[in-house]
Amino acid sequence: MIKKLPKKDVAIVGLGWCGSIMAIEMAEAGLDVIAFERGPWRDTATDFNIGYVQDELRYVIQQELMITAAEDTYTFRNAAHQTALPIREYGSFLLGTGVGGSGAHWSGLTWRYNPTDFQLRSHLTERYGAHSIPKDLLIRDWGVTYSELEPYYDKFEKMAGIGGKAGILNGVYQEGGNPFEGNRSSEFPLPPMPMTYAPTLFAEAAKNLGMRPFPTPSGNASAVYTNPYGVTMGPCTYCGYCSRCGCANYSKATPQTNIIPALMRKPNFTAQVQSEVLRVQMDASGKRATGVIYVDSTGQQYEQPADLVILTAFSVPNVRLLFASGIGQAYDPVTEKGLIGKNYAYQTNSSVQLFFNNKNFNPFIAGGGVGQACDEFNGDNFDHSGLGFFGGACIMSNVTSGWPISNRMTPPGTPRWGKKWKQATKDNYLSTTVVRTQGSSYPTRANYLGVDPTYKDRHGRNMMQLTFDFPENDLRMSAFVTDKAAEVARAMGPKQIVAKAPKGPYNIVPFQSTHNTGGAIMGDNPRDSVVNKYLQCWDVPNLFVIGGSAFPQNAGYNPTATVGALAYWAANAIRNQYLKKPGPLVQA
Amino acid sequence: MNKAAVTAMCGALILSPLADAANTFFPDIEKGRYLTTVGDCAACHTVENGPSMAGGRAIETPFGKLVAPNLTPDRETGIGAWTDDQFVRALQQGIGHEGEYLYGAFPYTAYTKVKRDDLLAIRAYLATLPPVHNKVVANQLPFPFNIRTSLMGWNMMFFTPGEFQPDPAKTEKWNRGAYLAEGLAHCGTCHNSKNFLGGDTSDGHLKGYTLQGWVAPAITGDDYRGIGLWSEEEIAEYLKTGRNRHAAASGPMAEVVTNSTQFMENTDLLAIADYLKDQKSDLQRPPKLDAQDPRMVAGKALYTDNCSACHMSNGEGVAKLFPSLKNSGSVLAEDPTTVIRVILQGAQAVATDAAPTGPSMPSFGWRLDDTQVAALATYLRNTWGNAAEEVSTATVKTQRMDLASKP
Amino acid sequence: MSDDRFQISRRQLLGAGALIAVSSSFANAATILGGSPLPWAPDAAAPPKNIDPHNWTFFSERERVQVEALVETLIPADQLSPSGKDAGCAVYIDRQMSGPQGQGARLYLQGPFAKGLPTQGPQSAMTPAEQMRVGLAALEWHCVSAFSGRRFAELSVEERESVLHGLEDGHIDLPNDVDGKAFFDVFLSRTMEGFFADPIYGGNRDMVSWTMLGYPGARYDYLDWIDRHNETYPHPPVSISGRPDWKVKA
Repeated sequence: MIKKLPKKDVAIVGLGWCGSIMAIEMAEAGLDVIAFERGPWRDTATDFNIGYVQDELRYVIQQELMITAAEDTYTFRNAAHQTALPIREYGSFLLGTGVGGSGAHWSGLTWRYNPTDFQLRSHLTERYGAHSIPKDLLIRDWGVTYSELEPYYDKFEKMAGIGGKAGILNGVYQEGGNPFEGNRSSEFPLPPMPMTYAPTLFAEAAKNLGMRPFPTPSGNASAVYTNPYGVTMGPCTYCGYCSRCGCANYSKATPQTNIIPALMRKPNFTAQVQSEVLRVQMDASGKRATGVIYVDSTGQQYEQPADLVILTAFSVPNVRLLFASGIGQAYDPVTEKGLIGKNYAYQTNSSVQLFFNNKNFNPFIAGGGVGQACDEFNGDNFDHSGLGFFGGACIMSNVTSGWPISNRMTPPGTPRWGKKWKQATKDNYLSTTVVRTQGSSYPTRANYLGVDPTYKDRHGRNMMQLTFDFPENDLRMSAFVTDKAAEVARAMGPKQIVAKAPKGPYNIVPFQSTHNTGGAIMGDNPRDSVVNKYLQCWDVPNLFVIGGSAFPQNAGYNPTATVGALAYWAANAIRNQYLKKPGPLVQA
Repeated sequence: MNKAAVTAMCGALILSPLADAANTFFPDIEKGRYLTTVGDCAACHTVENGPSMAGGRAIETPFGKLVAPNLTPDRETGIGAWTDDQFVRALQQGIGHEGEYLYGAFPYTAYTKVKRDDLLAIRAYLATLPPVHNKVVANQLPFPFNIRTSLMGWNMMFFTPGEFQPDPAKTEKWNRGAYLAEGLAHCGTCHNSKNFLGGDTSDGHLKGYTLQGWVAPAITGDDYRGIGLWSEEEIAEYLKTGRNRHAAASGPMAEVVTNSTQFMENTDLLAIADYLKDQKSDLQRPPKLDAQDPRMVAGKALYTDNCSACHMSNGEGVAKLFPSLKNSGSVLAEDPTTVIRVILQGAQAVATDAAPTGPSMPSFGWRLDDTQVAALATYLRNTWGNAAEEVSTATVKTQRMDLASKP
Repeated sequence: MSDDRFQISRRQLLGAGALIAVSSSFANAATILGGSPLPWAPDAAAPPKNIDPHNWTFFSERERVQVEALVETLIPADQLSPSGKDAGCAVYIDRQMSGPQGQGARLYLQGPFAKGLPTQGPQSAMTPAEQMRVGLAALEWHCVSAFSGRRFAELSVEERESVLHGLEDGHIDLPNDVDGKAFFDVFLSRTMEGFFADPIYGGNRDMVSWTMLGYPGARYDYLDWIDRHNETYPHPPVSISGRPDWKVKA
């Protein structure tokens, strides 16, 4: 028996970064808002106790803040001719759960995408000619430009207390900032993080090679800061437990540190946790959402009617909800019909290990966003003529931890156990570092999210199915930028480097990144995209789908700031246009 | 109730048959609303999430339970049938409308200072509240404390009735501050040292007191243990937002900020600050413990490993987020109850609209044993220029057991 | 340690219905209304439970002897650190196997099962604890057959090492279709986890591995050290349970 509840104005699904942003924006507009979160309430002092939060086994290896495959998973295959099988234990990507979502356990790197990233197809066509773009790559323009998003990037950065140095400020290049970034209307709200040793060495080496390194934009609070909501962050103390962990001292930007204390002061907002939304409820016409159906931890199902439904459940679960709700048409890679699940992309990463004599990097003194980067080989910042690929990567010295279980590099050929292993481990632990690249991921016809025919989740719904392998384009890109990263690494003066570029096939087991994107992409017309430029569903005007699911392709950066900027941008459109006149915001 | 609602109420009342209320002008009712907030009447007279001022909230005293009466205009169970004189007499004399003595949990010892016309403004505001039929039996104390006439003796010893008399040698601002602090804001009700009968001691004015398992620290103008090192603006900021560069309000003071002081006018807060800073006393600094004392050595290791990531290696915390331990009245109070409690259980600092963070200290009782907590508390009290009596393992043990027994 | 009320360990309700793992001090607070203070309670904390190293919960006596011999060979005693056995790695693995991890709390263990490609990850229907038991038994069977009735613990150091190399390189076939290489990789990972994790989990006794590496343990404040490039961090390691300097020395 599904119990029907009194109507709310807005139902939000997922209380991470996007959910918190949409919730506070809608609550500020005076609406009656409810946000659902399938995981538990999580707050700093009660759940991220400073006496035990720095526990690698619990949070990094056993991933207590993440959703388990036991609770929810997907099936996976590299290609359509294979049978997709369940991801029985997460590895490659680690989806969050609980209030704060991935925003609670992210590292803090906060990039803006480049202007050309938003108009990728137009730009590459203009520069290199339409024929140069492989037919198999589904890269597209986003339907929104960097300039339109700029004020909302600014808003996100000021809410999150991002620390960095502007590269292009009101049209003028600022030495020490990123020369390739889009224009900023304002300096960062906080200065760059104080640097540890390895990034300092990296920056020196990069400069000597004629590159222009800059501090990585960081959400770890380089100083005490009070954001526009009146919420205060403390300075980061470099504990080295950003990734996969909660922050114990209010320094890492997270929904709970930056938004939720202000959000929870609003009596017109309710957080309904440990409540999983199963589907969006649609009316008979299929063009209007009437609310959501959710299940609580006892198994009781409820119908929550709402005038406006906003999905902010993270990229992949957003798409999963669209499938479960029967919204739109599932993408078929053979006929190429349907849009839900199309343009799935990821991140293409590589690393270069550096072994030194007589250097002490104290790798355990670290913050997730602390580092130095070079963007010379990212996006279309360099001439791709004749290279055989598009895209690029940021090259960074950003070692975020000295975790002893996970991060004990030894030179190739070192045994994995025994006396020699131990000596090499001890000799190298403090004197190794890594230069890494984080690269673009371009969608193909064959990579997509679909519905699995065999496996069901715990609620009896068909699981979502992931078909993905690295496209040749991306592997070539990564090999190229890894070489560039190796050059910088060599210039840092190590006795040995070990460069590891990714080779196919994509393997679901080792952790690589949780930057899954696409599946419900944004665009300028309903034939090619699921949501319009305001992330409003073309088919269902009172449904907004906000998150990395909207990205037509992924760029060579962490996606968080872009996801947050899109959320503020969409919220602005809802408050200033949609609420005054509910209906499609863009005429198809 | 906010200003808009009061305005609407007044509009209705001018036309209503409630003669007393209808004769009162809007400015008085608004003044009354403000003064009611200053007096924090709701803290006792409004049940959590219940109807405004309808009483029924139990107050735990060292002598047993009292229940705050109904102050709504209901004629049967509230104060609707009282005369103005009866109302004023209750607050200024501690005498109920049937001539009975009121218990000192109702701070008439402070409210006696409030001028008649301010009290009538409060009454006018209370008369605008929705009448609620709620019969409250206030006296639920056990024998012999339930005999009200014994209060006559208590009053003789500990109660000096009389409206506040301004000191002509002081400024208008100081006098306003004194009038509020000693009267409606009744700071001394918690912050004056008291004897075992609950009466103020003769030499304990604003020197601190422990109640409900928390220490209300000294708020004299002394640098040591008092708030002498806080500027007037910082005192006002603390009362307005629950925190300043030195401290954060938690425990019972968090409620005071939430219900009362965060709504006060800045000029009034600065006046109170002026007055408090002028209250110098004789708080003596004991000798500091030697840094080589084994408890201090262990305490330093404990502090480095548990505390310094928030309270910083210099003990000064982070402004608006983590209170300073250096020069902290709570840390230095003679009674270490708050320090021990906060280490064991953690604490939630108050959140206000102006400062919504409400940063909370995590609990350490699961990690540190009694000896370690005692060593850590001793270290805090004797480092960075602090000096205070050491804390014993036995004190921690007793307090841990007490806290565990109260669910 | 603190009151059990606040030790929320992973709850798992098996079956087609609710399958929930909870990690929050506020497990039961489902509706949180705006306009009220943020949920908070005194003593709210869910630290890991202390382990009694003498109370074996999973391994039989024979298995214990075998596992101790394995971890002792993988991490031998030398001037850098005690052996894996003396560091408590076997204790660690034992408690993990009987706990939620070993029982497969995080894993999707519903059928149908099929042998997958290497890129699709492990597809076994067995829990890690079951796989451990089966793997240990298969290994013991191999030793007894290959070494004239002697179990792993009864082999010389050289013999033990040759067995482990054989497993690691995939040269040894184990019975019952046990994949020796896969078993070895998992066992090695568990051993290393035990060696390098916080001592509260049973291994890394007295923080021996952290001392060896120069890793300061469960610290949080490095503010005074950020700009001290290339300098040795001087403070000894601390674990979730503390360190010797926390004791008041009479």
